[in-house]
Amino acid sequence: MTTMSIRTRWPQALGMAVLLGLFAFAIFGPLANLFLWAFAEKWYFPHKLPQEFGFSFWARVFSPRGGALTSLWTSIGIALLTVVVSLAVAIPAGYALARLKLRWRGLILFAFLLPQAIPNIPIYVNIARIFYEIGLNGTIIGVVLVHAAHGLVLAVWIASAAFAAVDISLEEASRNMGATPWLCFRTVTLPLAAPGLIASAIFVFLESLDEFTGTYFVGVPDVTTLPLLMFNASMGGNYQIASITALLLLIPSIAFMFVVERFLKADVLAGVGR
Amino acid sequence: MIGAFFVLPLLMSAVLAFRAKDGGFTFAHFEKAWELYRTDLLFTVGITVLSTVLIGLVAIAIAGYLTLGENPRAVAILRWLYRWPLFIPFIVTGQVMRAFLAKNGMLNHVLIGSGLIDPLAAQSLLDWRGIVIAFVWKQAPFVTLLLAGAMASLEPAQLEAARNLGATRLRLLGGIVLPQVRGTLMVGMVLSFVTMLSVLSVPLMINPNSPTMITVDIAYRINTHSDYAVANALCLMSLLIAAGAAWIYLRHASARHASA
Repeated sequence: MTTMSIRTRWPQALGMAVLLGLFAFAIFGPLANLFLWAFAEKWYFPHKLPQEFGFSFWARVFSPRGGALTSLWTSIGIALLTVVVSLAVAIPAGYALARLKLRWRGLILFAFLLPQAIPNIPIYVNIARIFYEIGLNGTIIGVVLVHAAHGLVLAVWIASAAFAAVDISLEEASRNMGATPWLCFRTVTLPLAAPGLIASAIFVFLESLDEFTGTYFVGVPDVTTLPLLMFNASMGGNYQIASITALLLLIPSIAFMFVVERFLKADVLAGVGR
Repeated sequence: MIGAFFVLPLLMSAVLAFRAKDGGFTFAHFEKAWELYRTDLLFTVGITVLSTVLIGLVAIAIAGYLTLGENPRAVAILRWLYRWPLFIPFIVTGQVMRAFLAKNGMLNHVLIGSGLIDPLAAQSLLDWRGIVIAFVWKQAPFVTLLLAGAMASLEPAQLEAARNLGATRLRLLGGIVLPQVRGTLMVGMVLSFVTMLSVLSVPLMINPNSPTMITVDIAYRINTHSDYAVANALCLMSLLIAAGAAWIYLRHASARHASA
């Protein structure tokens, strides 16, 4: 009986293994290809693998003339400023949405969702035009504003959910003991909501780091972020430099996502959109 | 801030698309946009609809197996595998697929190496197929994540009961699981549809030549001709397509409400 069931299960298990293998290839094959390109010195058709491996392109990317380091710092600087601007709006807005009895609460939350539900291209195109007229095109501030406007959507929703998850009786207890509203917010509410707020900061940071379309329209020609550098290298046919830059972009995305899973607790996620 | 950065640009888009040189009202920009980019518009709709359908099917297959799969090891591996593209930005997806799907890319090497295709039959997939593959690769995990979450919160007793009555897993998926998570599936698919509609980097990197997607045309009109009028006419058309998707979704949702 048992041998029967094992025998009938064999082909099934084999089929499953083959399917999973194909799926793994579909997911990691493209990434492996990127990896090979990043370390290839020479790779001509029809060779299946690079003829030579090496780091000379890495040296070129990181040399002062390669521009990668400048772009990397530009990208990180823009992303940090974007986080500051977004949180400066999202913390008070999220708190108000979670705690105060606002009459148009549903409408306000909907307004913050709207940008997610329409194509972004018309927005970037026309912001670029406005910025061009007031001299913000090609400036760091211009790019930060565009990124922050986009990042706010996520930040306000997550912040509002994070504040809503804080037990209101803790705030009341501290107020009863004579804490001022500001002291209460600073020492009770904010620390309790911190994991959710950090998660939203990470999301905004990543969105900004990886953003292409807005920077493409608003940042040209003076602001070159990492995604733009990668795009230019790829369009210029230099796959090694494009792949190295792509890897640089991948590292923070994947690293942060592992961190986010720890910060974004299930109870906060469940509150998003409530 | 929302007003300044979303409403104002949208209003500008609408005004610029209809304003003639002398300041009057005109449809000329739309006629020109239709004249020049008719194929690209149809191409855009075709690509995004096809990608959305494929994304839905892939998401149902993966999320379905995650929920109903009987081999715990396979479920764990799949759960670990499917999420990776979720964390990868569109711009990197563009570069990754540009190298992978090229004539001398890894896909062709593997197909030739395993004897599945003749070396001479190797072809570049960097046309509409490449765009669809890149979109599905990048967006399917997102919809799968939403869908698997919704499926996990279903009542396990229901599945148990149907199983005891002898329902196969396919019947379970089609008859019990899917009808209950249809709303989540629709939301995920509509969000993906709208996202893909406005992605510039993927079509620009995989296939910038005509026929391509209208995001590429919009960028071209602006960077090469500073032609904001036609660009905005194209923008409004893409908004209309998105509105179409939203309308289909709302009709579905309200029909469900009415029948419930």
